[in-house]
Formats: sequence, C-alpha cells, structure tokens
Amino acid sequence: MTRQIAVDVAIIGGGTAGCAAALNLAKKGMSVALFEQKTVGSQASGVNFGGVRQHGRDLRELPLSLRSNEIWTDLPRLIGNDCEFVRTGHLKLAFNEAEMAVLEQFADDTRDLKLDIELFGRNALHKRFGWLDKTVFGASLCSSDGQANPRLVAPYFARAARAAGAHIHEHETVTGATKNGADFCLETRSGKSVHSATLLNVAGAWAERIAGWFGDFAPLQPRGPNMQVSEPLPYRLNVSIGAVGGGVYARQIPRGNLIFGGGYGWTDRDKIRARAVVENGREATKRMVTILPWTQDIQVIRTWSGIEGFLPDGIPVIGPSKTTPGLFHAFGFCGHGFQLGPVVGEILAELAMEGRSVISLDNFSIQRFST
Amino acid sequence: MASERIVIIGAGPAGVRAAQILVAAGIHPIILDEAPMCGGQIYRQQPPVLQRDYSELYGFEAPKAKRLHDTFESLRGSVDYRSDCLVWNLEQKNLHILHAGNSETISVDRLILATGAMDRILPFTGWTLPGVFTLGGAQIAFKSQACAIGRRTVFLGSSPLLPYIAYQYAKAGAEVVAVLDTTARAAKIRALPGLLSGGMTFIKGLYFMAWLRTHNIKYEYGVTPGEALGDQNVEGLRYTDQRGNQQMLECDAIAFGYGLRSEMQLADLAGCDFRFDPVSCNWCLALDGHGRTSVRDIYAAGDGATILGADAAELSGARAAHALLGDLNLGSQDTALGRLNQELDRMNIFRSALERAFAYPHHLAKAIPDSCIVCRCEGVTAGEIRSAVHELGADDINRAKAFCRVGMGRCQGRVCGPATEGIMAAVLNRDQATLGRFRTQAPVKPVPMACVWEKPPEDIVL
Ligand SMILES: Cc1cc2nc3c(=O)[nH]c(=O)nc-3n(C[C@H](O)[C@H](O)[C@H](O)COP(=O)(O)OP(=O)(O)OC[C@H]3O[C@@H](n4cnc5c(N)ncnc54)[C@H](O)[C@@H]3O)c2cc1C
Repeated sequence: MTRQIAVDVAIIGGGTAGCAAALNLAKKGMSVALFEQKTVGSQASGVNFGGVRQHGRDLRELPLSLRSNEIWTDLPRLIGNDCEFVRTGHLKLAFNEAEMAVLEQFADDTRDLKLDIELFGRNALHKRFGWLDKTVFGASLCSSDGQANPRLVAPYFARAARAAGAHIHEHETVTGATKNGADFCLETRSGKSVHSATLLNVAGAWAERIAGWFGDFAPLQPRGPNMQVSEPLPYRLNVSIGAVGGGVYARQIPRGNLIFGGGYGWTDRDKIRARAVVENGREATKRMVTILPWTQDIQVIRTWSGIEGFLPDGIPVIGPSKTTPGLFHAFGFCGHGFQLGPVVGEILAELAMEGRSVISLDNFSIQRFST
Repeated sequence: MASERIVIIGAGPAGVRAAQILVAAGIHPIILDEAPMCGGQIYRQQPPVLQRDYSELYGFEAPKAKRLHDTFESLRGSVDYRSDCLVWNLEQKNLHILHAGNSETISVDRLILATGAMDRILPFTGWTLPGVFTLGGAQIAFKSQACAIGRRTVFLGSSPLLPYIAYQYAKAGAEVVAVLDTTARAAKIRALPGLLSGGMTFIKGLYFMAWLRTHNIKYEYGVTPGEALGDQNVEGLRYTDQRGNQQMLECDAIAFGYGLRSEMQLADLAGCDFRFDPVSCNWCLALDGHGRTSVRDIYAAGDGATILGADAAELSGARAAHALLGDLNLGSQDTALGRLNQELDRMNIFRSALERAFAYPHHLAKAIPDSCIVCRCEGVTAGEIRSAVHELGADDINRAKAFCRVGMGRCQGRVCGPATEGIMAAVLNRDQATLGRFRTQAPVKPVPMACVWEKPPEDIVL
C-alpha cells in the first residue's frame, strides 16, 4: 500500500542545508517533509573537517558566507545548542612572496566587509604563533572565523525543525520525482508517494542526478577529502589553519585532538560509502609536519572521508531550476559548504515562499552550465 | 599461481596451523604478527630473560603449547615470518604495516585473517581505577612478565578463563581473595549435558573449580558487580551476592571480564560481512562452511572469526588453508575439509554449552549507572550515551558515536562496543543485534604520524 503525503514543500536531502531549510520553512508555518536516504547529517555535513571560515573564499560567495557567520553565533537560540562552534579565527599561511600577495589581495578586496583580517609578516607571525615552523613566510588571520563539531549541526537543526512541525523522514530514499501540472510527485523507496507545490533539491553529492530528472544539468564530480585525527595533545593550536592554494588544513579541539586534512579518498555514491586513502594523503600530511614540526611524532588514531559534490568553477549551484518552476537547487559546495549550510537554509526558505532571496544568487545559477 | 603472494595475519593457533598446511603444499606464506613471538594470546611466550618451564607457564596446556611452538619452529625456513609487525590498514589488496617505527606496504593476493580475540568487558563504577585489569590482562602479566596484578586479587566476571586464571594465580602463590561469577549456579547445572561433550576440556574446568574449593578460595555464583572502591588504587569491591545482599571485599586488584570478542577491524576494513551470534552475544565474521569470508580471496580462522577457543582455532586455521589450496586448484581438499568440519561441529556443541555456563550478562548493561564512564578513551559516560538516544535520536551505535564520541578514541570502540550496544538496546528496548557494530577506520591501532606521511619503501620482493 502506498502512503500518500501532501505538503507545501518537499526537501530531498538531510544535510545542514536541507535541515536548515526545513527549520526555516516550518517556523514560517509551511508544511514540510524532508527525506534523507540515511540519517540526518550523516553525509558531508556530518563528517567534514568542521571549518567555519569566510577567509579566502571566492568573493562571489562572501555575501552568503557573512550572513551565515551571523547565524552560526546565534545557534544556541536557533536550535538549542552551540554545536561546539567557537570563534577561534582562521589563519591562512603563505610560503613565499607570491602567496603573501594573494593574502594581501584578499584583505584588500574585503576591507569593507568587517571580516576582521590582520596580516602578519614573518617576525610578527612567529612572535604571535610560536608553534609554527619558522619557514612559514607570512599569514593572514581572520578573527571572525571559527570551527564547530559537524556531527551535531544537522541533527540539531533537524531536531528544531521537528519541534517546529516539520516531518523528517530518515532512511527514506527518494527514488524518483516528476512534476504533473502544479504538483511535484515524489516516490520513495519504502513506497511513499509525496505531493508538494515546491521541491528543494539539497541532495549533496547526489543532487545532480535529481536535477537530471528535470532536465537540469550540472557537471558535478563527487570527491572525498581525506581526514585524519590524532591522539589528544596539549592544546596549543588556538586557531584553525589553512594554506594558500589549499591542500592542507588543521585545527585542534580543546580535548586536544588535532584534526587535519589533505588529499582525497575513495568514494562510492551508490553504496553511500567513503574512506580515506592513505597514499593520497601523504603529500598533505608531509606538508603539515613541515608547518607544525611538533606533530612529527604524534599518533594518528583515525582517518575518514565523506562524499562532497565539486563543480568545475569552485562555487555551488543555488537557485531556481532552469526547466521547472517550483524546483530549487542548492548543491556542489566544493568542499566548503558546511559554513554556508545555515544561510542556504534561509535562502531556500525565501525562494520557496517568495520565489526570490534577499541575497543575490546571480552567480550561482545552474544556467551557467548550459551551453 | 606459484607467484601468488599469500599472507597470514596472526601467529597464534589458527595462523600457525594454517601456515603448516600451506607449507606442506609447497607454499611459502608471509606471516605477520604484532607480538614478538609466535603463540598468540593463549600460547604467548615469555621473553627470553624469563626461564619458567612449559608446565609452569601453561599448566595442562603445556603439551599443546609446546607442539604449536615446535611446529612453528619447523616452518621457519619455509615461511617469511615477521614479528613485531602491526598491520594497521588494509586498502584493497595492500596491507600497511608498522614495524620498528617504519611503515611498509605489502600487496597480497590471498589473505588469511587469524587475528584472535580480546577481552570483552562491561564497565562498572570504578573500573577505570588503577588496579582493575581484564582477565586476559591479568593472565598476560602472569605469562609474559611473571608477575601478578596485585597482592590480593578478586576475580570477577563470567568466562571460562575466570576459574582458570584464578587457579593460575593461586597456584603461583598470589592471594586470591574470591572468585565472583556473575552466572547463577542453576545456569551452570543446566549447561552440564552440553558441557559433557567437551571431554578433557570440561574435566580440566571441573578440576580448576575443585582445586579452588579445596584450597578454601571463595567461589560465588550469581553475583552482580557494584563498585570498585578506592582513591588512587583499588582498595575494595562492592557487589551484590546471589541472595541480593550487599557485600564488600578488600583487595588491591580486580581482574574482570565476560569472555572474548573477535579482533575484526581488518576484516571490517576489507569489507567482509558480519553476523550477530545471539548465543555469545557477539559479532562474528560471516564465513562459508570452509573459512571463506564474503570478500574474495580473504579467509578467516580462529577467534578472530568466531570465538570458539584455542583447539577450534587450530582446526579452523587448517580449514582456511585447505579452502585456499582448493581455490588455487591444488587438488581436492574435500576429505580434509570434511574431517575438520566434523571436529569443529563437535566443538560447537561444547562451545554453546560453555556460553551458557559462563553466560554473557547482558542484563548488566542496563544497570550501568549514568555516571559510570563507558568509553575511557573519550571519557564518555553511560548517561551521555543514553542522552544521545533521548536527545538526538541515535538509533544505532555509530550514531551514538557521532553524537557523544563514544568509541571514537584510540581503541575505536573495541573496549566499549559491547557495553554501548547493550546500553542502547535497553534504552530503545531493541534487540542488541539491530544496533550495529562500531565502524572501523584505519589505523586499526594508533600509528605514528610518520607512517602516514613517509613515502613507503618499494614493495618488498620475496
Ligand atoms: C571530508 C569533508 C571535509 C569538509 N570540510 C569542510 C569544512 O571544513 N568547511 C566547510 O565549510 N565545508 C567542508 N566540507 C563541505 C561540506 O561538508 C559540504 O559542503 C556540506 O556539508 C554540504 O551540505 P549539504 O547539506 O548540501 O550536503 P550533505 O550533507 O551531503 O547532505 C545531502 C544529503 O542528501 C541525502 N540524499 C542524497 N540523495 C538522496 C535521495 N535520493 N533521497 C534522500 N536523500 C538523499 C544524502 O544522504 C545526504 O545526507 C567538507 C566536506 C567533506 C566531505
């Protein structure tokens, strides 16, 4: 027997973006049903590095990122938990003059945005961050950035969304969707049949397939960043760090564990599985040992990965479908959508209710991939 | 075929017997083991500085220990044995190995996993105090360091090892304050008919119990652990006896445990299927009738696959090797496999009875107080696990791990897994089997950073 569900908005994907959208919509009185093939926040949103950073972003993303940063501070009020979000600042390292110039350029470009960026030359840097190797040429610190525990964020958004009346269906894969007349019609693996006026596609690394059901195209590539964590060490890395050009990043949590990433692992979207691949992490790990020489003899206790969608131009798709009114996409965050999750939820709610959002989405249109 | 590289992980009873069969068929396997010497946990050898003879070390098991060690010695020229080698990762057909601080990668064609078992525990208040050991830990101290874990030891739990280790300690001159068995006497009596099939093994078990009795060592049944007392070190144990009365014993060490659980992280990394065995309340590797795992070219034997004890481990080691020979088309192995399986079936009957005589006390998980630490790597209490269920709806053990860090530390839940499953089963009122196992991630044990970043030396050529 098929079960029929009729709602204002159906959401495919229970990551941070989907759960935040569900919360925003439910709070505004919309009826919402969210479908997650596993459990909420179990994919990219729950296994990422935990960096909450505006620093060094593509300038086109900054308006979103800034607004998201405000929401991050507000999480206790919004979802009843701070998800271990701490404004530690993010330090981006340069190893030569050319890289330093990149940091200076970013500071210049964002001068009016109140990101709170401070540039450090070699001497000042080593005076302030004694735990860095002396070969680091310079750096830029963005004090308004932070870090959080990714495993908690989407689940707390989902919990708040439920409390606000949203229906969150876990272990429920959407196997197909069409639009008939004014209504979307979704089929789920367990045999539910869902009708909605609006459909939000926030299916992460799987989202381009769903877009494809409606003739929308995006050249998404799934990839799994390699993550590692050490045994607890004395706490000293009091900022999150990255490097110009990416490649290696690290942060330490107050418990003492050092979390770091670099390189890509193995992913399988059909089996919904990802795993770090040691060989591919060697270069990045080596680089980290050069930056933080005291990590040379630490013990690694665990490695992991997760499946993230990447797009060729490094910024996501966010906005209306090219083909189908009432369908909105938000995916392809290219490894930095954890920070954006809360604002994406807000934007999707605006799109679903008003058809447009306060922040311009022109740069993120899926149309940019149509030839 | 001759060029196939065959690797056995583990040089205990299962691994050694597997190697023996392979060598007899003209194959020269690589044998990797974390320990410095062969023998596994049960026939663990003492370091060369210690000179105790076999009967002192292994008691009734001395002849078996000797046979296994001798067999291994005789194979030394035909196998590539690498001791002190931790296999810390398995990626497709590559093994990552840590040896003397260096990491190497070996590619394998076929793999026999004979990785053995470790103690299974259920925490009780105070179990993290210095002076509290697992039963297996108490035995290792005795075998490989020739010392006892304390002057006055209480042995607690439910395991065939319980009377055995207490006996070993008492016989070696350590004071055994009491042996506290969580299984009720009635359950032991009910298990008797099945136990009889154990023959000599059963008789030895009876002997230990009788020996303890004639030496006036208190042996209680049906107890419930209360709390390990003490400030810096254990000073006593509070428990409830079978009549429901609170009791207190003074002691300076406690050895406790509830049987064994398989060391199955490598099989997990390989993607092998598992099954939950309701009798032992343990996850086991899903094997075909001949020791093949669900993953092609990977075989498993011994306690690392299913907890059946040392004698069965020798048989299942041989069985896995025969299955492998069959798969290499080295002649029919049917006769050998048939014979081995017949013996293994017989042992299975005994094993089931043993599981009842030393039942896993899953009811204790429910009673672990909220304040009691369950995951000592991450300092997670039973209460935090319960609130991961209540507050965020954790519906399997990996969800609980994500929410409250249980099982996320350096042992990756090998110690706290059974307790976490039990606690969640009680809260959710669900069968333990439905809660899943902690997912393994490399490294299976902590490895120095250098392992991960150093370029591995060229693959070793045999
Ligand atoms: C290892 C790693 C490290 C990262 N580090 C950072 C970082 O430090 N900072 C940062 O900002 N970002 C980081 N990211 C990126 C960030 O995690 C993602 O961009 C973000 O979480 C994406 O959120 P989402 O909700 O769009 O996707 P997801 O969290 O992937 O959620 C999509 C959900 O859709 C579900 N789904 C898919 N198809 C279906 C279907 N048919 N039916 C039902 N459900 C379906 C999936 O199961 C999934 O749960 C990292 C990503 C990874 C993988």
